[in-house]
Amino acid sequence: MTTLDTHVHDLGMPGNPISAAVAESVALSGEKRTELKAKDLKTDQEVRWCPGCGDYVILNAVQSFLPSLGIAREDMVIVSGIGCSSRFPYYMNTYGMHSIHGRAPAIATGLAASRPDLSVWVVTGDGDSLSIGGNHLIHALRRNVNMTILLFNNRIYGLTKGQYSPTSEVGKVTKSTPMGSIDAPFNPVSLALGADATFVGRAMDSDRKGLTDVLRQAAEHQGTSLVEIYQNCNIFNDGAFELLKDPTTGTQWSIPLEQGKPLVFGPDGAACVVKDDFGGLRIAETNQVDAADIVVHDATRENPAYAFALSRLSSQDLRYTPMGVFRSVQKPTYDGLMTEQLDTAKVQGNADLDALLSGGETWTVE
Amino acid sequence: MTASTPPTNGAPLDDVHAPVASSAPGGLVKSVVELDRVVIRLAGDSGDGMQLTGNRFTSETASFGNDLSTLPNFPAEIRAPTGTLPGVSSFQLHFADHDIMTPGDAPDVLVAMNPAALKSNLSDLPGGGLLILDSDEFTPRNLAKVGYATNPLEDGSLEGWQTVPVPLTSMTLDALADSGLGKKEAERSKNMFTLGLLSWMYHRPTEGTVRFLERQFRRKPEIAAANIAAFRAGYNYGETTEAFAVSYEIKPAPMDAGRYRNISGNQALALGIVAAGQRSGLPIFLGAYPITPASDILHELSKHKSFGVRTFQAEDEIAGIGAALGASFGGALGVTTTSGPGVALKAETIGLAVMTELPLLIVDVQRGGPSTGLPTKTEQSDLLQAMFGRNGEAPLPVIAPRSPGDCFDAAIEAVRIALTYRTPVMLLSDGYLANGAEPWAVPETATLPDLTGAVGFATGPNAASTDGTPEFHPYQRDPETLARAWAVPGTAGLQHRIGGLEKADGNGNISYDPANHDFMVRTRQAKIDGIAASIGPTDVEDPDGDARVAVIGWGSTYGPIGAACRRIRASGRSVAQIHLRHINPFPADLGEVLARYDRVVCPEMNLGQLALLLRAKYLVDVQSHTQVSGMPFRSAELAAVIQDAIDTTSTPAVPAGAAANGATL
Ligand SMILES: Cc1ncc(C[n+]2csc(CCOP(=O)(O)OP(=O)(O)O)c2C)c(N)n1
Ligand code: SF4
Ligand SMILES: [Mg+2]
Repeated sequence: MTTLDTHVHDLGMPGNPISAAVAESVALSGEKRTELKAKDLKTDQEVRWCPGCGDYVILNAVQSFLPSLGIAREDMVIVSGIGCSSRFPYYMNTYGMHSIHGRAPAIATGLAASRPDLSVWVVTGDGDSLSIGGNHLIHALRRNVNMTILLFNNRIYGLTKGQYSPTSEVGKVTKSTPMGSIDAPFNPVSLALGADATFVGRAMDSDRKGLTDVLRQAAEHQGTSLVEIYQNCNIFNDGAFELLKDPTTGTQWSIPLEQGKPLVFGPDGAACVVKDDFGGLRIAETNQVDAADIVVHDATRENPAYAFALSRLSSQDLRYTPMGVFRSVQKPTYDGLMTEQLDTAKVQGNADLDALLSGGETWTVE
Repeated sequence: MTASTPPTNGAPLDDVHAPVASSAPGGLVKSVVELDRVVIRLAGDSGDGMQLTGNRFTSETASFGNDLSTLPNFPAEIRAPTGTLPGVSSFQLHFADHDIMTPGDAPDVLVAMNPAALKSNLSDLPGGGLLILDSDEFTPRNLAKVGYATNPLEDGSLEGWQTVPVPLTSMTLDALADSGLGKKEAERSKNMFTLGLLSWMYHRPTEGTVRFLERQFRRKPEIAAANIAAFRAGYNYGETTEAFAVSYEIKPAPMDAGRYRNISGNQALALGIVAAGQRSGLPIFLGAYPITPASDILHELSKHKSFGVRTFQAEDEIAGIGAALGASFGGALGVTTTSGPGVALKAETIGLAVMTELPLLIVDVQRGGPSTGLPTKTEQSDLLQAMFGRNGEAPLPVIAPRSPGDCFDAAIEAVRIALTYRTPVMLLSDGYLANGAEPWAVPETATLPDLTGAVGFATGPNAASTDGTPEFHPYQRDPETLARAWAVPGTAGLQHRIGGLEKADGNGNISYDPANHDFMVRTRQAKIDGIAASIGPTDVEDPDGDARVAVIGWGSTYGPIGAACRRIRASGRSVAQIHLRHINPFPADLGEVLARYDRVVCPEMNLGQLALLLRAKYLVDVQSHTQVSGMPFRSAELAAVIQDAIDTTSTPAVPAGAAANGATL
């Protein structure tokens, strides 16, 4: 048993972000097992997405790739909001919280900031993160709290049965827009970069390799990572990403982002990305430009303007959609800075509760 | 009073004068009058530094050993146009040689720094009261700003008061003629000149203020020197002027032995939270969004990082509570602090905390509502929001402090409940408690409740599957408290998922089963109801033991109700004061206690929210007495209500004329 005194003492000790109470239960619970298989991450809960939903593919990809990170499953926490996608935590044998609509980034921020020892994940939908929870998303990104946000973008409200979402294209006919949507959609990658996110990537549910590759980089990134995952909702928005998935049109319209490689794409590498006259980027025909003018992809550029310009290449109908990692830069993390301030305070002032309660001026009555 | 019930209560009255004159010889030596209590109100423009002056006078008074109670009153605007009525800020201080419960109904002394301050405060000063005015400020322009057609200093309209016009501004400028400061800057020290004058008048110690000014303007020594010079000049002016013939002495109040400090409600609340963290061994995580009058708790806690306190200024109220709940999930003590509008925004997350059964402290420093309402004024109108302001059956414990110092104990009690029962707890403070101050006996850390026993994280399986495999069931409950098992991330083998969807009893899996839902709704309610077993009997004060009328209150009305009851008892009548710290659940014996009285009066700063709860729960015909002016009750007014209740309940057994609220005492 730890006594009260040790608790008080430990809370006042620098270099120890975890409270003695937590450290004690963690120690008592036994050895950490970090060699995991995909099946170790499955739960006994019946998965309840519609047959054929893109969410299954993403779940499988995540379960297969996570063991390679070498993190014990008890050290992983998945926090989600509300939506079909937000059911995700129930199917993962980690710690998890299926919270309320839009608030997962806020809840995860408190958890990550107070428990820097954990691997914190957020799973959210396009409505969850860009409508009701838009505020929390941008603030989490600007603070750079150490967590990985997986944004399942199916360009529709799935759980509430098919209303248009903040990523739905103008003109989209849904139950709530019988004459077509008149809202201009968000581009989630542009939005994240506007909030100065330190890691932003995009992947396709069905592209196991591309998805795993982006997820791995996101997980290894220190700070907030946002991964937009195009996810097919076969019930309310089937085929939304067909243009990019279909082998023929896919090569034509997607721009694979590979670090250090020139941005050349399309059948026979016929298209490429070059700088435009205004400091942005544009698409050009490869044989019409000087090879030296073709932009070489570098996600580590400090200035987000480049990644932002990349994100603006695509139109709402998905033509010229860059896929991969847009930006990956190092900045101090919020939780790291918070721990640092606590440590500094602990070194500067001893945590003497009696002295604190007494305050500056006291007087004594005999 | 009846022969059978002599007034055994010898407690002094809160707001009835009993001056003891003891003049010193005349001539150059000024006379000293001994008083048992005095109420001073300082009023000026928001830019005049009245709150600072009041706080300094309070500190001097506290260190002198008087009992005291304060009422700061300031506008919502940071700087309304100078010299206008909306820009007036005031600070009332009541201090005495005995124990007092309120900042006083009305001032004995009013200091008005300009015509606006005079105009907006004069009606509160009883006839004959001392009125000190800065005569320099009564210029035609300033008079016109507030609609005085003639100068009250000259038109005879102030004849009913002891009016002493003092050129405070010009005397301050004279005193600082050699300071090297410009006129504008030098003028700013006039509040310190005033403080010096009052310090002389009431025999206050001065060293504390000098030290304070040196500390405050460490980096601007010329400003520190100017303020100290003005302060001394004011003091010396009092000593030498003919304008003030008397000074007053208010002896220290007898207090229990111990070490004391002056403390405001928000300070005490913040310290209570730090102490609760230390005594439970859990790190504090505060998620908050700035809002008057709660922001000072965020400010105070932000200073205490050395105690492992993490403060997070969130992007909004919802993120504030969300982050706090996330931290609680991780094994911290999550706290969020706000006022009524913030609680409205947090409602959905509070529901999630009810569902996930995690400890969480929600502090609502109530202010005038609805909507933005009266941000800097006080009210008790969030009680029903605290009780019921959520979707679904979402019960949570509600507790309220009764005085500024009591905010400390209330915070610790709230944390005890949150941890022991794994539940969000609502702590209802208010603007009056938050900004008001009183002497506080500094507790010894070792005497504070040990909350480590309430934590008890799960470290291993607590159940078995159908085939006998050991399992962890997050909704397995402690049979006594009904608290669920709390396993923190990082604990091997206890991985589990919680959330807002209904949980199956025990294993906590999603369940849509009708019978399970009915059971879980009732279980969550039973858990909260069961807290009553841990809170002790109702707090009843009936020194005569034969009261037939009881006055019941909660929160910050304790002082005014207590002072009113003292008046009633001094008139020979009996009255019981019932004060609730726990409003949900009520103490187990409350129904029986209420049934003992012929009549129950319930004063509240809302339209009868506690009265509604009492009527609903106990079928007692509570007489609701309400006031929603943004200001605390005056005890004389409450005494009149209580006296009327007594006199129309029992056969009058009180000598005619012995009115509790009149001047006959
Ligand atoms: C406060 C609140 N408002 C509305 C809802 C209803 N609601 C649930 S999920 C959802 C939209 C989900 O869309 P998205 O985030 O895109 O998730 P998807 O189902 O498409 O995965 C809405 C509006 C809710 N649960 N809570
Ligand atoms: S509604 Fe769409 S997103 Fe939701 S589970 Fe079904 S297919 Fe998936
Ligand atoms: Mg969606």
